[in-house]
Amino acid sequence: MKTEVVKKYLRLEKMPTVWCPGCGNGIILGSLLRAFELRGRSKDDIVLISGIGCSGRTPGYVDVHTLHTTHGRAIAFATGVKMMMPKMSVIVVMGDGDCTAIGGNHFIHAARRNLDITAIVYNNGIYGMTGGQVSPTTPYEAYATTAPYGQMEAPFDIVELALGAGASYVARSSVNDVPKLDEIIMKGIRNDGFSVIDVITPCPIVFGRYNNLTADPMKNLEWIRETTIPKSKAAKMSEEELRGKWITGIFRDREKPGLINLYLDLEERLSKPGSGEDKGEEA
Amino acid sequence: MRKVMIGNHALSYGAKISRAQVIPAYPITPQTEVVELLSEMCANGEMDAKFIKVESEHSAMTASIGASATGARVFTATSAQGLALMHEVLHWAVGARTPIVMGNINRAMAPPWTIWTEQTDSLAQRDTGWMQLYAQNSQEVLDSVIQAYKVAEAVQIPAMVILAAFVLSHTSEAVELPEQGKVDEFLPPYEPEYRIDPANPHAFGGLTGPDGYFELRYQIQKAIEDSLPKWDEVGREFGELFGRKYGLIETYKVEDAKNLIISSATLASTARTAVDALREKGEKVGLLRIRVFRPFPSAQIRSILSSVDRAVVVDRNISFGASGIFYQEVKAAVYNEKNPPPIFGVIAGIGGRDVTKKDIIDIYEDIMRMDEPKSDIIWKGVRL
Repeated sequence: MKTEVVKKYLRLEKMPTVWCPGCGNGIILGSLLRAFELRGRSKDDIVLISGIGCSGRTPGYVDVHTLHTTHGRAIAFATGVKMMMPKMSVIVVMGDGDCTAIGGNHFIHAARRNLDITAIVYNNGIYGMTGGQVSPTTPYEAYATTAPYGQMEAPFDIVELALGAGASYVARSSVNDVPKLDEIIMKGIRNDGFSVIDVITPCPIVFGRYNNLTADPMKNLEWIRETTIPKSKAAKMSEEELRGKWITGIFRDREKPGLINLYLDLEERLSKPGSGEDKGEEA
Repeated sequence: MRKVMIGNHALSYGAKISRAQVIPAYPITPQTEVVELLSEMCANGEMDAKFIKVESEHSAMTASIGASATGARVFTATSAQGLALMHEVLHWAVGARTPIVMGNINRAMAPPWTIWTEQTDSLAQRDTGWMQLYAQNSQEVLDSVIQAYKVAEAVQIPAMVILAAFVLSHTSEAVELPEQGKVDEFLPPYEPEYRIDPANPHAFGGLTGPDGYFELRYQIQKAIEDSLPKWDEVGREFGELFGRKYGLIETYKVEDAKNLIISSATLASTARTAVDALREKGEKVGLLRIRVFRPFPSAQIRSILSSVDRAVVVDRNISFGASGIFYQEVKAAVYNEKNPPPIFGVIAGIGGRDVTKKDIIDIYEDIMRMDEPKSDIIWKGVRL
């Protein structure tokens, strides 16, 4: 699809973005906007919600209904919006720290309840905006300002976390494979339940300098290319070969009613004569 | 030894030289440099301390309380939204009598998102029982961390050392790093009366009914009241050892002052230069800087205010529906006096808007033209 279509969804007067040279956030934003177009509905029924961090700046650039909320709580804000506006497509964009550290509880409960929203995680394995502290997805032994001798804690695998907690759509891609990214975001938006899309993206200025010893955008993209393995290829690799790699692809795409839809169904059932309390009266 | 450092690093060095043993922290602008330097010093062995990378500020404070309950000296730092997220456990730290010292970088609250300075974040925590100290320069930040441990551990109440975002947190100053040996003499290791100790087990935090809870709260209030003379005493002792004396308040040219400017933190530094300029114009004006806000130094403030004709409090904060917070407290402190002077309340510099020497001079000259305070808020610099 032509890059031009994204302009329809941008607040062009807000350009350029604050994102650093070589940051992958713009690539994710491009895919998200193309997914909006592929979705084939008015942009007026999209609500885009973010938390805090580099990803948090996304809604400022997008010409739909937008909320920039508190650190880690974007999903909780989204729950309130979706409950009262169930026909809207509610999309949450978060960073890895935002989603899995301070907001980790909201994330796993949204997955458990299969909340009918799409959650896109800009996963660069570091707190970029505050200058490079470790996050829960910082790879084992990677360097960060709060891990000057290497991260000694194990990272979260966002895909495994979402699958285990019950999300009905779970996928991962990297910013290196843009057509695939467009596709998995679009499919995630179309899925009715909780859609989790983990996007591996470079932070050249902080993560790159600390770990790849360069802020060069191409070299950092190259590093991502080497550390992401498509699901089909990964199936033929040993555990040893897969250590420290991210496996990409769609891991679950299941039809399963989302929380808000179940709630509305229940409400409708109970409001019909002969249901719920009416039955009680008859008895 | 003198070292050029930003205000944030003055907090880190304060924690280091106080021999903090545990630092649980979460990054937030504009606090980040505080914990980055501490994590580096914990990792490279410069500090004999453990650094805990937590998943939120709530966990940072909770882990601090847990560590403090084992008898360790604990430091953490945060700002604005992070401090607000800690709110539940700020009460807990006081009730559990854990003398944690925390740095807070004053930043305005969202929405809309902002990172610039204002004091409403920390002042909104005034009823938690934390002691609060507002520093005006990086030297005071470093020195105050050491003093805060001494007072906090003596009365078993946690303390916040507070500094302005960017104006102080990110500006560099030459700071005298006290000698470790002398600091050790001034601040011996923390020895709590009660701690988690398998050899001497205790139950902490158990359910307490109306027959016991009241007295525990009374004891907290007594402890904070006891800290009032302690802050002055510790500040004096610090002065004798290190040549820099501190107290609950600081006064400037108040001896013959007819009128008084009252402020805190870096605003007070600016006000000092305004006092000099006004003195040159022949004004009999002085400055009262409130350094320790909790406990509130009411007696000292009453004594200074008893000899002036009028006073103006300049607040970089607001209690919505009321007024500037220092203004409320100053007014309350003198209400029962026989002839208290009229006190004017000015709100300035909200959300980090610059407050210059000229602004303070204008504020002073404006209130000198007024007969009496007509309302609780005089807005300075708001565009309407």
